[in-house]
Amino acid sequence: MKKEFSMERKRYTLCILVEDIPGVLSQVARLFSRKGYNIESIVSGETDRPGITRISIELLGDELMIDQIAAQCRKLLPVKAVKILDEESCIRREIALIKVRAADRAARDEIIQLVNIFRAKVIDVGKESLTIWVFGSQSKNTALIGMLEDFGILEIAKTGTIAIERGRSTIYDNNKLREEYDYGKNVL
Amino acid sequence: MKQTISVLVENRAGVLGRITSLFSRRAFNIDSLAVGVTDDPAISRITIIVDNGNSVVEQVEKQLNKLVEVIKVRTLDESSMIGRELMILKVSANAKTRNNIMTICDICGAKVADISPTSMTMELSDTPDRVNTFEEMMRPFNILEVARTGMIALQKGGGKI
Amino acid sequence: MKIRATQAIMECLLEQGVDTVFGYPGGTILNIYDELYRYQDRIHHVLTAHEQGAAHAADGYARSTGKVGVCFATSGPGATNLTTGIATAHLDSSPVVFITCNVGENLLGKDAFQEVDSTGIAMPITKATFLVRDAATIPDVMRQAFAVAATGRPGPVLIDFLKNVTAPSQMIDYDFVPWRENRRLESLRSLNASHQLKNPEPNRQDIEKLLEMIGQAKKPFLICGGGVVRGRAHREFGEFAEKLDAPVAITVMGGGGFPGGHSLTTGMIGMHGSRASNVACDECDLLIAVGCRFSDRVALDPATFASQAKIVQIDIDRAEIDKNVLTDHHIIGSARKVLALLNEKMPQYHHDVWKQYILPMRAPSVAAESEVLTPQQILDVIQRQAPKDTMVATDVGQNQMWAIKYLHFNYPGQLLTSGGFGTMGFGLGAAIGAQMGNPDKRVIHITGDGCFRMNCHELCTVEHYHLPIISVVFNNGTLGMVRQWQNLIYDKRFSATTLDRGPDFVKLAEAYGLKGYRVRTRVEMEAALDKALADGCGAVIDCVLDIDEMVRPMVAAGSPITDFLLKEGTT
Repeated sequence: MKKEFSMERKRYTLCILVEDIPGVLSQVARLFSRKGYNIESIVSGETDRPGITRISIELLGDELMIDQIAAQCRKLLPVKAVKILDEESCIRREIALIKVRAADRAARDEIIQLVNIFRAKVIDVGKESLTIWVFGSQSKNTALIGMLEDFGILEIAKTGTIAIERGRSTIYDNNKLREEYDYGKNVL
Repeated sequence: MKQTISVLVENRAGVLGRITSLFSRRAFNIDSLAVGVTDDPAISRITIIVDNGNSVVEQVEKQLNKLVEVIKVRTLDESSMIGRELMILKVSANAKTRNNIMTICDICGAKVADISPTSMTMELSDTPDRVNTFEEMMRPFNILEVARTGMIALQKGGGKI
Repeated sequence: MKIRATQAIMECLLEQGVDTVFGYPGGTILNIYDELYRYQDRIHHVLTAHEQGAAHAADGYARSTGKVGVCFATSGPGATNLTTGIATAHLDSSPVVFITCNVGENLLGKDAFQEVDSTGIAMPITKATFLVRDAATIPDVMRQAFAVAATGRPGPVLIDFLKNVTAPSQMIDYDFVPWRENRRLESLRSLNASHQLKNPEPNRQDIEKLLEMIGQAKKPFLICGGGVVRGRAHREFGEFAEKLDAPVAITVMGGGGFPGGHSLTTGMIGMHGSRASNVACDECDLLIAVGCRFSDRVALDPATFASQAKIVQIDIDRAEIDKNVLTDHHIIGSARKVLALLNEKMPQYHHDVWKQYILPMRAPSVAAESEVLTPQQILDVIQRQAPKDTMVATDVGQNQMWAIKYLHFNYPGQLLTSGGFGTMGFGLGAAIGAQMGNPDKRVIHITGDGCFRMNCHELCTVEHYHLPIISVVFNNGTLGMVRQWQNLIYDKRFSATTLDRGPDFVKLAEAYGLKGYRVRTRVEMEAALDKALADGCGAVIDCVLDIDEMVRPMVAAGSPITDFLLKEGTT
């Protein structure tokens, strides 16, 4: 039987462990642009192991596409491990810093109220602006940003999503797929 | 010295590759990089942290400005910006250690996001320093896996990029 | 032991058993060429006319010998001239180590003279790139580069040295370690730990499952892909095919993996595949592809490809599984290992009914008599008159398809062709590399007038090194393959394909100091080839053909594999 690939477009997070060397991010990013996939978000940050960076890439796509791109990633020399996570199996978080216009006292009070409801925090106050820090799931952050739009958003910086699998299992674990990727690796 | 570069770019395939290759071409390494869309879905904001000399960063900033996909570039220095970083961390935990871990989480302001009989997963968003501290505190409990975003930053006060 | 950094580079080449390198010098690579001067008794450098020629030559050397090819070039334009050659090697999985130099550290990224981001450019067309900024890492990088290029699915690797790293004053620690022993070195051990430099061990259950599938199949069909050639698995493949007793199609890259004259061969498959191959593919109930990635030129329309069959893919590269065509079963491993394991347990099958149905569809292989010269006649003459083990390097287009269709290849490396990237101008470079690597064999370069013009300046290399390469030019005065498409699909609007222009290839050959012949009939061709073979020096045979000769049969891109646009036969 041919392997059944779900054609449904879903939000996937691809976690990739790479050696921390110049050009590695370019190399990974290029794989996606070559196939014309636009990345929803990409995050590259340290891990607990020195010299190893974790790149989390969020993208919309179907299973076959994700499977292919993961296999291609695995072949790159600096890539140590690749894991595909989908919505159900992982915890995803992002942070956003939002600078919003607060023209007068009334506006400021209203914003602070919203901030409290969303369990966000005000971390800087200017004469006519407030800077807000919110973290959590993407939908929560988007909702808050939506609410703040009425006041006039000056600037937003977001991290993009990082994800980690639920339960005890980690990206370092062995499984059949991992083994096959190692074959892929084997041939670089 | 660590430098933070914020770049606003058009949100399309291949932009990231062009930007990162500007760095790798000079053979220097990016400490962390975060890309997220802004309030305008056609525009992404990239926050890059590099650990390199001033002159190099200035050069790269100029080169970045030249790319057609780049809308704006700004280097931020530590005194004038607010930076935050997000970490998700998984440690082994059992009935005995769980309490200790919880205490540290409380002190550091981390939240427990997932729990299993042998592990706990925490989320924490704070300044990079404090995130580091938390990771150090967790180390004795046997860290299983860590994912960090790298820092994002906005300028203090009303000014914008 | 302390030695110069450049000396370490040379010693590392010797470690790998390299005795021939191809290249072209320039400003930034001067230090390496200076060192090469001292090593000229042990490392033979072949100077080509252009970096692209050097890249193809190193590629042809690697393909024909099975060793790793080595190619040098300078920074900037030197490196960018290599790119076509690198991409050609990449798409056809040929192991070549490209060595370029870049400007010094102080100038890096400053748009210095002849500076370009070589590793950045080469990234998507290599297995790996290395930028060497610290001389002390030279031995590690060189050893890793060769290991990466040669292991698993082979492919090109680029090493870019900064000029300051190669300065004569740079002294580094170095000990000579032959490549057979260097796996125990720390640098290779760490590479091995993360990437396994051994070929993957095929999964036994996967093998059992395939044996079971074979047992149930009534109409099995085999495809011999480039992996059989690259992995030198021709013996195992031959045994497997005979035990399976099924028709065998050969892809463009698979030429030489299975004897072209074998009683089970149905010839090429795909766009210009024979009717026997394409019908077998369409009607079989089990398709086993070995070392084949189902490129669009083979699979054409993935949705209808082998729609009645269970498809099994045997490949060394996990990333090729389910990439172009979805498969029912796959085995990951080297062709040689997997086939050997299968052969061990497989009984002798007989599929006479199926064979009786497919094999008679093969077209007769005798060239029809005619007044004017035809492509099939030329190749018929070559097949009869040239030694049986003659290596053939082709260019791209009609000449390539004709050569692969009408000539029989019997061992891996006998056919050198740019199947994946389709690089015009590949042939002459590759022929030079093949002749350098196989001095005791004859090499024939098959080309068209368009392709020949692209790289004919390498005739000077042929002449200078006294290489007895015979270039057979299929001169139809047009870009034949493009014209064929224009003829069939673009209502005969021959836009920019007619090559009614010079030079006179006979005079050109003579200008380069080689022999030139022009032939218009089969008899003239026989005489010219005889003479060229006897002469033992480089020659060009200009074969005048009709402008509307076509490659038959043909299936349009993306169509079902049996929807022939052009049928087999000469009319």
